[in-house]
Amino acid sequence: MSTAETLLGLLAVGARHGYELKRAHDGHFPQARPLAFGQVYATLARLVRDGEVEVAEVRSGAGPDRTVYSPTPAGLDRLRRWLSTPEPPSPYVANVLMAKVVTALVSGGSGRDCLRIQRAAHLARMRELTALKADPAGSVAQTLSADYAIVHLDADLRWMDTTAQRLGELAKEVRS
Amino acid sequence: MREPVLEARSLVRSYGDTPALRGVSVAVGAGEVVAVTGPSGSGKSTLLHCLAGILRPEAGEVHFAGTRIDTLSEARRTTLRRGQFGVLFQFGQLVPELTAAENVALPLLLDRHGRAESLTAARGWLDRFEVTDLADRRPGELSGGQAQRVAMARALVTEPQVVFADEPTGALDALAGERVLTALLGVARRAGTTVLLVTHDTTVAAYADREIGLRDGAVERADVPA
Repeated sequence: MSTAETLLGLLAVGARHGYELKRAHDGHFPQARPLAFGQVYATLARLVRDGEVEVAEVRSGAGPDRTVYSPTPAGLDRLRRWLSTPEPPSPYVANVLMAKVVTALVSGGSGRDCLRIQRAAHLARMRELTALKADPAGSVAQTLSADYAIVHLDADLRWMDTTAQRLGELAKEVRS
Repeated sequence: MREPVLEARSLVRSYGDTPALRGVSVAVGAGEVVAVTGPSGSGKSTLLHCLAGILRPEAGEVHFAGTRIDTLSEARRTTLRRGQFGVLFQFGQLVPELTAAENVALPLLLDRHGRAESLTAARGWLDRFEVTDLADRRPGELSGGQAQRVAMARALVTEPQVVFADEPTGALDALAGERVLTALLGVARRAGTTVLLVTHDTTVAAYADREIGLRDGAVERADVPA
């Protein structure tokens, strides 16, 4: 999971303070480990340092003051780049891709582009491996290694196709 | 893209009230191997049947080698299919009463070639798919992979410009499927034959040069041709 980008995605729909961010994160990404408060504030501090998040206001109330953060244009650029860049097409990208799809939905996108871009990257890698198997100079061990990678990439691709078919339901759940 | 040999323009086709194709446009270059993918009911087999002249679209146009074919008479489309197109289905669909060699020779015999000449050509194609020794067996005596090799030989015996393959490995295990695809595409690429491969299986799609993805009767994604 990319904590910085997912926090930027949660901030893209409105300014929030650290506690709200943690609650939103843990609610939207149940497959990930709950974020520790220390991780939330350390990540926010780095994002502020890098000019990708800024302090929008400090709320005072009955309890301690709450610092509310919002993304800067540079932060939103980073979020867009992350959502539109495929992960390296190795097996087991589901966690990161799930985070991208949910983050895209939370921040007002459809998630479909993330899946499309990743699918193309996975299929391109499968083509390379398939061509490798057809190489008459290749060894059986090389073919078996390619077989292993192909079936795992295929599992990811099936998951992407199913996710694409469930995007409407996921959008409703994420935005409810 | 290479010069398109096959082109669909805004194809519409329904089954009763159920739309199968809703304005699909695709172009396939000469010698390309293209995978048409999508979930069940996405319209991929209907698209293949329209492109192959088996089904007539309700709207839109199909062009082959510069000629509009969807408006041709049934007889002319049949002639075109026999001579220029080869079709391969999931279960081979061999004629059970005929031997493997006779099945392969069938398109030539229907095209009024002599029996001896047709059977000689058929044996040559069986040889290319490494099943010469099965020439005198009937389909009931063949394994799934062997039957599909015979069906491939039949699809290619007329040396068509385009081969349409609808889930050609759907009934085979992974290794038999791989061998069938490798054999089919090896022969097709050497001959410069265009192949349209309909599949829901991404491991099969990975054999193609590019992918056209359908969803709900429309093109959802299409790789840019090389």
